[in-house]
Amino acid sequence: MNAGTAPRRTGLHWPVTIRLEQRLTVPRWLSPALTIGSVAVALLLSAIILAIVGGDPVRAYLHIFEASFGSIGVLSDTLVKATPLILTGLACALAFRMRLWNIGAEGQFLLGAWGASAVVLFPILPAGSPAIVVIPAMMLAGFLCGALWGLVPGVLRARFGVNEIITTLMLNYIALFWNQYWVFGPWSERGFQLTAQFPKEAWLPRLTDLADVVPLFSGLTVHLGLVFGLVASAVVWFILARSRWGYEIRLIGDSPRAARYAGVDIGRSIILVFFISGGLAGLAGMSEVSGVVHRLQDRISPGYGFTAIIIAYLAKFDPLRVVIAAILFGALILAGREIQPSGVPAMIQGTILFGLIASEVLLRYRVRIERHGMVG
Amino acid sequence: MTSQPFAVDLRGIVKRFPGIVANDRVDFDLRPGEVHALLGENGAGKSTLMNILAGLYRPEEGELRVNGHPVTFHSPRDAIEAGLGMVHQHFTLVPSQTVTENILLGLGRPRFRLHLGQFEAEIAELARRFGLRVDPRAKIWQLSVGEQQRVEILKMLYRGVEVLIMDEPTAVLAPQEVEELFRTLRTMTAAGRSVVFISHKLTEVLAIADRITVMRRGRVTSGGIRAADTNRTDLARLMVGREVLETLERTPFQPGALVLAVHDVEADNDKGRPALRGVSLDVRAGEIMGIAGVAGNGQSELAEVITGLRACRGSIRVNGEEIANRPPAAAIGRGVAHVPEDRTGVGSAPNLSIADNLIMKRYRRPPVAHGWTIDAKAGRRIATSLRDEYRIDAPSIDTRARLLSGGNLQRLILAREIDAEPRLMVAVQPTRGLDIGAIEAVHRIFLDRRGAGTATLLISEDLDEILALADRVAVIYEGRIQGVFDVAAANVHELGLLMTGGTADGATGATGTSAVGAA
Repeated sequence: MNAGTAPRRTGLHWPVTIRLEQRLTVPRWLSPALTIGSVAVALLLSAIILAIVGGDPVRAYLHIFEASFGSIGVLSDTLVKATPLILTGLACALAFRMRLWNIGAEGQFLLGAWGASAVVLFPILPAGSPAIVVIPAMMLAGFLCGALWGLVPGVLRARFGVNEIITTLMLNYIALFWNQYWVFGPWSERGFQLTAQFPKEAWLPRLTDLADVVPLFSGLTVHLGLVFGLVASAVVWFILARSRWGYEIRLIGDSPRAARYAGVDIGRSIILVFFISGGLAGLAGMSEVSGVVHRLQDRISPGYGFTAIIIAYLAKFDPLRVVIAAILFGALILAGREIQPSGVPAMIQGTILFGLIASEVLLRYRVRIERHGMVG
Repeated sequence: MTSQPFAVDLRGIVKRFPGIVANDRVDFDLRPGEVHALLGENGAGKSTLMNILAGLYRPEEGELRVNGHPVTFHSPRDAIEAGLGMVHQHFTLVPSQTVTENILLGLGRPRFRLHLGQFEAEIAELARRFGLRVDPRAKIWQLSVGEQQRVEILKMLYRGVEVLIMDEPTAVLAPQEVEELFRTLRTMTAAGRSVVFISHKLTEVLAIADRITVMRRGRVTSGGIRAADTNRTDLARLMVGREVLETLERTPFQPGALVLAVHDVEADNDKGRPALRGVSLDVRAGEIMGIAGVAGNGQSELAEVITGLRACRGSIRVNGEEIANRPPAAAIGRGVAHVPEDRTGVGSAPNLSIADNLIMKRYRRPPVAHGWTIDAKAGRRIATSLRDEYRIDAPSIDTRARLLSGGNLQRLILAREIDAEPRLMVAVQPTRGLDIGAIEAVHRIFLDRRGAGTATLLISEDLDEILALADRVAVIYEGRIQGVFDVAAANVHELGLLMTGGTADGATGATGTSAVGAA
């Protein structure tokens, strides 16, 4: 008995005993506090590394802040970078909630971008169709292509128990090469590895488009995709917190056997979650080609789908917190353009992920340091 | 102290775990050549105390003497070297290896070349001396649970322990195996060795022990009384801290309409081996049908097949409707409740709240379901009233289910399953691991449901429980029903024989099925 609360001993015995004891209760504040704490520790560690290699960490951090939040212009740029991260972050958070390790958001993003481009480039809609038709068609195509790319590992997992980590990872490469084929081949513009620019009807509205009315918006590239992200975050939150299906997702995520016992159709939920997860990442791809790049090109994503994994973790799979985490990482990516060497923000990202994962231990265990005064 | 030192002497042992004092200044002594029973409910601190003696835990305070000499154990190895060995509830054997290999595991012998023949002979001789029937060359997975327990005992004897600590050894045994175990223990004590026998079953303790120490909530309530000087009632009171009614009043048996009809069902276990081989059964409204058997004879599979969790061949009808091989939701929708064997893995979602766990079976229907959304307020209202009605002891309905004690978790599961007013209730080991007070409450719930007309399939390894609750009992062995009896006319010895694969002359319908309905 009491096995569940038995102390886990570490090897140290003198002069004090350090013990990890399982927590019986987790205070509400602990989880957010640990998140903030581990980001702080990660920044501190990164600062030490920066100092060792001869940089000035204080200046570097100030510069990162300046470069991403310093003016309304760069703030807009930060939000532009955050937009695809919000959507892909949601894609991961939703799947991770059910312990489906969809690490294929990158591929689903690329397929979404391709699907949206196909509407314009095949063209599926006749040239000259108004934006009110083109944009929704691109959204639908982007969502469906991403969703289809999610459906493949979803069905394989639900029907045959194929490990989704492997399939989603591999599908990323197929998506990459698929896009390259179209960009280098049929859709190539004069042999360059990019397509022709989309017509204006296929562009998501930006704030700068309103500069005639509000002069302040001039040059602000933040686009409608941000609204997609915010709406999607609210919708995913509502599904998880309030819907019957969300309850099933939480049940499956915690204990698939209990869910089955409760009569939940697990296979159906797996497929559906993968469909929506892929669709969200696909929508991110659509938003990127239609809102920022205005064409399809190789290397359209600097790894949004992978950064999304870290974001989902940072947000503890909470859809609303995904938005905050995505903005933070949008800032880091933006700063990457300013900071030399550009590996610095990537290092900070990695350190943050390490800090987050390491802090999980403290969520479950309490560290007790005792003076050594026991028998034996 | 006496001139002859105690084999084991524990004085003032204190052991704390986060939030509780598992052992609070506990004294315990053991004389050479005696069986000393340690009696108490779950959580009383028995296993903790013995884990200290076996070198697994170290006490915060107190003194440990073996044969009069103070000792300090840092590991089970130290304890074994001092002559103390423990057989745990959960065995620590390697299934793919032979008995001999398991016994030798961890010893320095044989050094390099596996010349096992000589060791096999040695072990066979040791087994013969103590009446432990087991083939040294058999692989562990081929053995029954009872035989595996003998291997664990042999392991300790081979290491030369003088004091054997047995933690709830009879929980997994059929009545005949219990008798056999008792004979072995007596042989050991006759040879001067001593045994600590941990249990919460009064009958057994009185049958085997020379002396009895009773623990409750970490303290000794009665130290080392002679078994001859006490009785069940006194022991139960010392153990629980109040008077216990051991027999429950029950209304006369009035079977109603046929609710569950299982016909010629076959199913495989998780390893793909046949677990059920042509099981046929029927249970009527207002009837409790007990399924008696030693663990692993198809009981779990039977429950899973009926509740839709496992595929099968054959027919299963609930109120005349075929539900075999339908998804679990089909059984739930037809009023089949399930109190599963694995409470933390299947019966509850450990990290979800008590409220979320309580709505597990009713979130599809109003009032909890509100279209495609969930009415959280209604869910919380229902959860709160269930918590109060079934006295689930928790700070709030938002507490995670995994923080509940065993008894409280079982109350949660029962509250949820019974609240649905089931027509059929399939309950597997509903009181395993619960203390006397909780068992009494659970039994009362079963009898209430019986009075309300629920058909109950009670699958239990505790024959006493079946005899106390059931109207009829079916014995299952290797996936076959060996016979169905009226409990009023059942003979424990005969049931025990059938449970271990023997045949009984008095068994009605030893060929299988429906026989015996009304007495």
